[in-house]
Amino acid sequence: MSLASILVPVPGRSDAPRQVVTPPPAMTKDAPRTAKMVIESLTAYYGSHAVLRNVSLPVVERTVTAVIGPSGCGKSTMVRCLNRMHEIIPGTSVSGRVLLDGLDVYGRHLDPIELRRRVGMVFQKPNPFPTMSVRDNVLAGWSLTGTKPPNADDVVENALRRAALWDEVKDRLKAPGGSLSGGQAQRLCIARALAVQPDVLLMDEPCSALDPIATARIEELIHELASTVTIVIVTHNMQQAARVSEFTAFLYMGDLVEFGDTAGIFTRPSDPRTEDYITGRFG
Amino acid sequence: MPSRPKSSRVDTAFHATLVLAGLGVATVLAGVAWEVLSLSGEALSKGGIGFLTGTTWDPVTEEFGALPALYGTLLTSAVALVIAVPLGIGSAVFLSEIATSRVATVVGVLVDLLAAIPSVIYGLWGLFVLAPLLREHVQPAVQAVFGDFPLFAGTPLGVGYGTAGLLLAIMVIPVITSVSREVLRAVPETQREAATALGATRFEVIRGTVLPYARRGLVGAVVLGLGRALGETMAVTMVIGNRYDISASLFAPGYTLAAVIANEFSEAFSPHYLSALAGLAVVLLGTTLILNAGARLLVRGVATGGARKNGDRHRFSRKSVSVPISVPSSDPGKEAPDGRP
Repeated sequence: MSLASILVPVPGRSDAPRQVVTPPPAMTKDAPRTAKMVIESLTAYYGSHAVLRNVSLPVVERTVTAVIGPSGCGKSTMVRCLNRMHEIIPGTSVSGRVLLDGLDVYGRHLDPIELRRRVGMVFQKPNPFPTMSVRDNVLAGWSLTGTKPPNADDVVENALRRAALWDEVKDRLKAPGGSLSGGQAQRLCIARALAVQPDVLLMDEPCSALDPIATARIEELIHELASTVTIVIVTHNMQQAARVSEFTAFLYMGDLVEFGDTAGIFTRPSDPRTEDYITGRFG
Repeated sequence: MPSRPKSSRVDTAFHATLVLAGLGVATVLAGVAWEVLSLSGEALSKGGIGFLTGTTWDPVTEEFGALPALYGTLLTSAVALVIAVPLGIGSAVFLSEIATSRVATVVGVLVDLLAAIPSVIYGLWGLFVLAPLLREHVQPAVQAVFGDFPLFAGTPLGVGYGTAGLLLAIMVIPVITSVSREVLRAVPETQREAATALGATRFEVIRGTVLPYARRGLVGAVVLGLGRALGETMAVTMVIGNRYDISASLFAPGYTLAAVIANEFSEAFSPHYLSALAGLAVVLLGTTLILNAGARLLVRGVATGGARKNGDRHRFSRKSVSVPISVPSSDPGKEAPDGRP
């Protein structure tokens, strides 16, 4: 029996049973859910300063998990620990465990290069490679590492279709990567990440540099991708978290305050800080 | 204008000052060019194209040809760049991408100090340390390996094209390193992160994203180095061997344009002789301009890189004609920053 199915009644409100939120998450659908990644007691440091303290939560396979919280709460740091991008900054360190399919990503069995191919990342600001064409940008995950996909044309088309960009760029695949608009450039970055067939896609505030229309497109895209990829999205936009995610983690000052299914967090937060944040009293 | 606000007057004065400063630079350049051209008029009109292609330099018979000196200038600069470009850019990559910030600071200061050493000191060192070293150890060893290969033929003298090129390389490396380092530092961190997050190793990140992103600025760094190599006078004069000749061997003594001018200017008593020396100056000026323009064209070719090999070039090449050799702006994909003259 899964821990997730344990429901505890809330005193005085028998019509609104509350779930145990930690760990792991609720089963919101009938299909069995497995945790693609598990974060265990993760603490991340810049020098001796811990920006993330003792965070534990699961990332359920083929769902969207949103990470919300005010600026400086450690959201970005947390997702950067999932593909070991945190450690490329000098002076940083990590303790705790992060499991990908049961393997510790900080352990000996997975080197960071291999890990980053399985856990892709999209950044805050669209960062296509300006010296490469649109096509070469999509293939960058292969070409940078000196490998070639078996059928490059199919890889390019497939990745661009999944990123909902194919129709807009199919006639100018040779155009420089820097020639696209902001929203297109971000979808190109998503296509680039998808082209190496990652299991998990981390998105660090992917819409913060985009206008509302481009944002809506990306959110739509996130919905579609969730059927094939596990997504973790950092956002400071609570409406966005509510729109796109199934699970939400609320971080505050480096602590995981609350984690659970998104509907529950937004309608019945269990911690007063969560309630204050989502009702806009701070942050 | 009695009632103009003060800020506006200050602004006008500031504007006028800047215009004057800009015009001043242009005037000095035009003045130098005019002076040298008019001084060289006699030799150039008498010699014609023969002044450029002639190989004799005889003040007694007043027969002047610039080719051996031009050849020496080009050859020594080429040798210098062949050595200095990989080393200079390599050390810049080390300083900006690999070294810890403390090492980068210390080594960076040393590099800047190297760039500040007066050339006569390099010349002395070249004459008393480098040349004997090459003569006694390096050149015999190279000849033992390569035999009669023309590039390394002749008696090992210690002085000559190769020594001058090597000395120039040592002088040019800090220039290239220093500029390249700044260019590489201007590459946005997001570019490195993008490549790292795709599973690239540090080497792959540098090769695949950092260097391509910075290539325009790197060409600029090389052009600056080339400028120093072409015009360098003192150090080269001390180790080139000062023989007015064309030789395929790097071990042979030769001459450069700047070295001839420096050596002979004080003894040029006849007007024609003086005019011929000014002619050499014109040739040097022209060489510098042509190579600079060529480098700019090269940079522009590189800048349109993504669409180079296919027919789409014209559709996607940038509209701006003049691409400055400078540190790339944060987003070279946009057109605006390249619009500057």
